[in-house]
Amino acid sequence: MGLAKRIIPCLDVEDGRVVKGVQFVDIRDAGDPVEVAKRYNDAGADEITFLDITASHQERDTTIETVRRMAAEVFIPLTVGGGVRTCEDIRNLLNAGADKVSINSAAVFNPEFVGEAADRFGSQCIVVAIDAKQVADNKWEIFTHGGRKPTGIDAVEWAVKMQGLGAGEILLTSMDQDGVKNGFDIALTRAVSNAVSIPVIASGGVGNLQHLADGVLEGHADAVLAASIFHFGEYSVSEAKAHMAACGIEMRL
Amino acid sequence: MQRIAIIDYGMGNLHSAAKALEHVAPNDEVIVTSDAVMIGAADRVVLPGVGAIRDCVGEMRQQGVDKIVSQLVEQGTPLLGICVGMQAMLQHSQENGGVDALGIFNGEIQRLKGGLDESGNPLKIPHMGWNQVAQAEHPIWHNIDNHSRFYFVHSFAAQPNLPISIGHCTYGETFTAAIAHKNIVATQFHPEKSHTAGLQLLANFVTWQPEA
Repeated sequence: MGLAKRIIPCLDVEDGRVVKGVQFVDIRDAGDPVEVAKRYNDAGADEITFLDITASHQERDTTIETVRRMAAEVFIPLTVGGGVRTCEDIRNLLNAGADKVSINSAAVFNPEFVGEAADRFGSQCIVVAIDAKQVADNKWEIFTHGGRKPTGIDAVEWAVKMQGLGAGEILLTSMDQDGVKNGFDIALTRAVSNAVSIPVIASGGVGNLQHLADGVLEGHADAVLAASIFHFGEYSVSEAKAHMAACGIEMRL
Repeated sequence: MQRIAIIDYGMGNLHSAAKALEHVAPNDEVIVTSDAVMIGAADRVVLPGVGAIRDCVGEMRQQGVDKIVSQLVEQGTPLLGICVGMQAMLQHSQENGGVDALGIFNGEIQRLKGGLDESGNPLKIPHMGWNQVAQAEHPIWHNIDNHSRFYFVHSFAAQPNLPISIGHCTYGETFTAAIAHKNIVATQFHPEKSHTAGLQLLANFVTWQPEA
């Protein structure tokens, strides 16, 4: 017995509302991220990831307020990402009740920001999000701008570099698999997970419960993130945990 | 109504701890403060801590938290240390090239060694996620099943088999996950982030009557 692998439902939030749709029959407002997060908290999720996809900077106050309300109702770790560019952004989110912040494109434009953030707030709360696409056999490249802009950076080397700068965790999304529901990019997940000594969250592509188990068993991920399979009620968090446990994976049941 | 003070010395997320305490003690007043007089007069006190121990202990000394904590120990105020708040209570940490902590108790904070999991894969550091705690008899565990899981995130941990240990955890090696002595209890894990088991522990803390 030991450390459990984690299941992390992910909420995409725009202007304070969950987007990509959540279809729970038994909650009042399926667009309210706080209600949705509380539902996952009660259902046994191990963490919540909140991705702010709000385009404009003026809406940041809405995000802070949402995080503040969420932290009052959710008693599991909360990671907030999207548009985190400065130490001030991080401080505001942590003060509002986030436990970790996820840095994505700001790390690509200025890698030293990750080091500065880890120094200031501790590695335990700095997650680096990596969006990768396969460009050749066993080779993946980092893309920004929602997968439109290549950077020429090798995803595995980048993960190692981020660890060196002080990242405490990697949130790894396959842009090829995201939304396709064919399962994680296992080769990518395993390549990154085996290259670093910090935890890796697999993301992008979950369509069924076996995909979650494969992310851990084949991809060596420490945690698995999914959105739509939970949002649309196809599977509950407890069904997912039961399936993974039946596959021999240690879970918090 | 009692007053529960969370010591604010500029390190980390106190909002979570405050909200969790408000949740389990809706009739009590929860304050986040750095004011020595307010802390000294509170009925119960929480000493949180995140980040690197050198910064944490440095800030504690800078802001006189070390003296406040000594005072609380003396006067018997129930005190809960969380994460680096627990580590700071011991004598010394190997982190940051070696840091002298507050030294309320004997004991060393050591780097987690990692090693291999059951499938032969390397254990990741930090130890991040939900792990089981083997409990020893103490009122803080009231209504919490032995071996319940709590949320951990740390790379350093108290040495095993401390005389004041009331719980241990295994991650490649065994380390001390909770300590207690007289009016002090402290956990390496984050009860405020540990859902049902963690909220129960906090509920136990806010009603705990330590033996003098």
